[in-house]
Amino acid sequence: MPKDHGIGASPKRREDIRFLTGDGRYTDDINLAGQAYVHFLRSDVAHGRIRSIDMAAAAGMPGVVRIFTGEDFADIGGLPCGWCVTDRHGNPMQEPKHPVLAHGKVRHVGDPICAVVAETLSQARDAAEAIVVDIEELPAVIDMKKAVQDGAIKVHDDLASNLCYDWGFIEDNKAAVDEAFKAAHHVTTLELVNNRLIANPMEPRVAVGQWEKGTGDYTLYTTSQNPHVIRLLMGAFVLGIPEHKLRVVSPDVGGGFGTKIFHYAEEAFCTFAAKACRRPVKWTSSRSEAFMSDAHGRDHVSKIELAMDAEGMFTALRTDTYANMGAYLSTFAPSVPTWLHGILMAGNYKTPLIYVNVKAVFTNTVPVDAYRGAGRPEATYQLERVIDKAARETGRDPIALRRQNFITEFPYATPVAVEYDTGDYHATMDKLIEIADLAGFDARLAESKTRGKLRGLGVNCYIEACGIAPSNLVGQLGARAGLYESATVRVNATGGLVVMTGSHSHGQGHETAFPQVVADMIGIPEDMIEIVHGDTANAPMGMGTYGSRSLAVGGSAMVRATEKIIAKAKKIAAHIMEASDQDIELKDGKFTVAGTDKSLAWGDVTLAAYVPHNYPLKDLEPGLEETAFYDPNNFTYPSGAYCCEVEVDPDTGKVTIERFAAADDFGNIINPMIVDGQVHGGIAQGIGQALLEACAYDENGQLISASYMDYAMPRADDMPMFTVDHSCQTPCTHNPLGVKGCGEAGAIGSPPAVVNAVCDALQRAGKNVTHIDMPLSPARVWAAMNDATANEGAAQPAARSSGSAEGRSLGGQA
Amino acid sequence: MYAFEMERPETLADAVAALKDEEAQALGGGQTLIPTMKQRLAQPGRLISLAGIAEMKGIDSDDDGRLCIGGGTTHGAIAAQSDYPALAALASRIGDPAVRNRGTIGGSVANNDPSACYPAACLASNATIVTNAREIAADDFFLGMFTTALEEGEIVTEVRFPVPEAANYQKFAQPASRFPLVGVFVAKFSDGVRVAVTGASEGGVFRWSEAETALSDNFSAAALDDLNVSADGMISDLHGSGAYRAHLIKVMTGRAVTAAG
Repeated sequence: MPKDHGIGASPKRREDIRFLTGDGRYTDDINLAGQAYVHFLRSDVAHGRIRSIDMAAAAGMPGVVRIFTGEDFADIGGLPCGWCVTDRHGNPMQEPKHPVLAHGKVRHVGDPICAVVAETLSQARDAAEAIVVDIEELPAVIDMKKAVQDGAIKVHDDLASNLCYDWGFIEDNKAAVDEAFKAAHHVTTLELVNNRLIANPMEPRVAVGQWEKGTGDYTLYTTSQNPHVIRLLMGAFVLGIPEHKLRVVSPDVGGGFGTKIFHYAEEAFCTFAAKACRRPVKWTSSRSEAFMSDAHGRDHVSKIELAMDAEGMFTALRTDTYANMGAYLSTFAPSVPTWLHGILMAGNYKTPLIYVNVKAVFTNTVPVDAYRGAGRPEATYQLERVIDKAARETGRDPIALRRQNFITEFPYATPVAVEYDTGDYHATMDKLIEIADLAGFDARLAESKTRGKLRGLGVNCYIEACGIAPSNLVGQLGARAGLYESATVRVNATGGLVVMTGSHSHGQGHETAFPQVVADMIGIPEDMIEIVHGDTANAPMGMGTYGSRSLAVGGSAMVRATEKIIAKAKKIAAHIMEASDQDIELKDGKFTVAGTDKSLAWGDVTLAAYVPHNYPLKDLEPGLEETAFYDPNNFTYPSGAYCCEVEVDPDTGKVTIERFAAADDFGNIINPMIVDGQVHGGIAQGIGQALLEACAYDENGQLISASYMDYAMPRADDMPMFTVDHSCQTPCTHNPLGVKGCGEAGAIGSPPAVVNAVCDALQRAGKNVTHIDMPLSPARVWAAMNDATANEGAAQPAARSSGSAEGRSLGGQA
Repeated sequence: MYAFEMERPETLADAVAALKDEEAQALGGGQTLIPTMKQRLAQPGRLISLAGIAEMKGIDSDDDGRLCIGGGTTHGAIAAQSDYPALAALASRIGDPAVRNRGTIGGSVANNDPSACYPAACLASNATIVTNAREIAADDFFLGMFTTALEEGEIVTEVRFPVPEAANYQKFAQPASRFPLVGVFVAKFSDGVRVAVTGASEGGVFRWSEAETALSDNFSAAALDDLNVSADGMISDLHGSGAYRAHLIKVMTGRAVTAAG
């Protein structure tokens, strides 16, 4: 019998009722008395010098309150970057200014130049069209490899070059890695592109700034995954507002996927303008603006080499990556290709020597930052693709090759700075083989053949580092913040309680899953527990939601606070029952004294805490509210094995996903239904990246996939039924729940499975195609197939294994 | 969107009169024009909605057995008719239910989007486009990308489709928009086969005459074996090269012939 409540049960998500019935309260639902609207005039060229801005006509147009330009922000801080990477020579990264509104130059299509505040949105747009901006257009910096050559046009004139940093990891291992390659029996090399993506949460970004004339207090309502972080970054670094005068509220948020982590110019603008205009100022992004102002994801061009001995044991791994930063450094951008990517390069394998080089490059494109998985999908994709290629080159079974190199003893210290606490990679592989019915593949292959379709099978493993992150460790790695989480548990007199958590929920189901934990700890029904989040006026502090950290870190803080509550409640119960608190037990919402028949209900104790008539007032304060901060002492390491079966239409190149199976080890599980949903969503996004999504720029820096007419989002009918399993559980050893996190796994583990499957299908059909760059659109697959036989027309130059990979993962024709 | 005025005439005559205003623009189902206006890429001062004109809606047959579809008839209604199954199947795959319940055939053929589906059906079926002023053979109607034989203010009131002995439309969807990257409509009549291609050419919808000749002799996919479409003049973009589109024309034509039976 499955459990019907508490940890391990799958109650339906309580928040879904309001989401599905239109009763959610999103930022755009917030309208303040007297609010004005801002429209941003954005650059339509990728790179240029602003010669002049003529606002004379616009300023006099109906409804215009005020027009702002970069000049208005000249004396104010720029948008800060939350991470400083130290390069391989020991120097800090190059860090450009990131003005709220463009000042002097525009650096990407979509860069805001002017902000028009008006009585209505239409009036603001009308006035923006009357502004005349004279821009001296400059050549766009698009190609990453050309961007770092001597004499290249610079995105930022005051920096030495377009190179943000040249990172070596671990630099001291480089020589040993090079030696291992010289001694290798076999070396497999693969050049590949991790395609640039646009997150496209269903709800576009919104900001409403408010300033109280009487008190000077500011409030910002914003679509953020971490309102406390926005308060700190914007208050301290941009606008100079102390945190006690600034409240940031992120109410219901319609999806984030990473792109709502970061502090954006529009938030700072609305907060600033609310005071400047002495009235609330609101901005709601259009979908078109979202394409050119939300931080993009991925965009790596990599070369990976795997050295093996004669027995197929991995002896060394070496990677060389160009990572696109875009025009400015978004909040966590520098960490994604480094500390969220390099430390994953060992994967599930005991490769003894690893060296990762990453060159982060400024280009005239939208800033690139974390997107579901953030660095870990890029690492996993490289590794699992090169292993598949190595298996093929050496005539080994790809599963057997992986198995013989698996890490099997834990804890395991990788050569890339992290120590895995637990895992069982053979177990997830065994489970995958079972649930994917690999035994039936040959029959399905034959059946596909009767329909003229090429069937292929792709398998891969993944490991991720999440539950981000130990503050002392990330501090050493360049983080400018700690990555703990906090929670306050406030028990009310009648026994119900509120958990105020710094973990933000924007679709993850915290309001359902978190109470399951507390309900189990105390033994009260889940509906007595309310989760409050998304408001700096409530939770004491919050580092927010990303990196699959909510339950592992935020949930652990909640557990610690609840433990404090229980400890205090036991003291109260002990006093009332005239026993020692050491003898008090709490079970099923009832306090008992061991060895006696004395008992006291949970509600009696909570009432006593607030009506302290019979209460140990000498030893204990009244009230029942506790706060805990939890700082993890390691990452968590979910892992798993994924399998994809595809059919390729040989006449058109169209790929269809026929079967998809995922065997994950997330440690302990609180709500299996929510975990299923997280994995489903992650796989859907991974399949989107693998088959459909391509954020493309042309050589002039124009975004050519700037709407859903050209940017292919995955749809339900692009997906097969998923078979997911998370029964393999090696609990995390260092957090109180033993949980590892499941939010990103699907997006990390699925792209290589898809690409491995397509390459397998083509190889089985006699086509010598070793790699195709994502997305594997019909046009690219068809071109690759015909390149293999006719030796003409590659899918993308970077797909070639000849070393001719271009330094760009960006657009152009298929 | 900019401010505009809107009129809803109830008769064709009133609509024609209203469209004489220089500022006026006809509005069919609005599935192209409204998004364009929302992007502020079009700024008509006055919209003349054709949605309230009963005489432009509905489907029936004329004495020659042609299927006569009012210009104001929605894709959804066309998808629901059973007299011309290949046309119904085409309509059923345009956009999504919301688009199909608003968009009209008259609006679509008047717009002549190079990636629209109906122009292929019209051309392959040798349809007649009827306006408030005249009748225009499909061969003379579609003049190039977003260009038709329509005069200013002229309204497509009806499209008359001869119903072929066998027909099929194959759409190979562009992955993002799901408009045809290449769409091929094959129609077999007693006096020959017509093949029309949409989505592929920089010149908009066109007939593939070599295939028509071959298929008129031998209505099977094998008849196309020795034919190839030149990539010259084919659209080349993010979603496919001209060569790929040219290749798909042959593949989709063969599939349409096979499916038509």
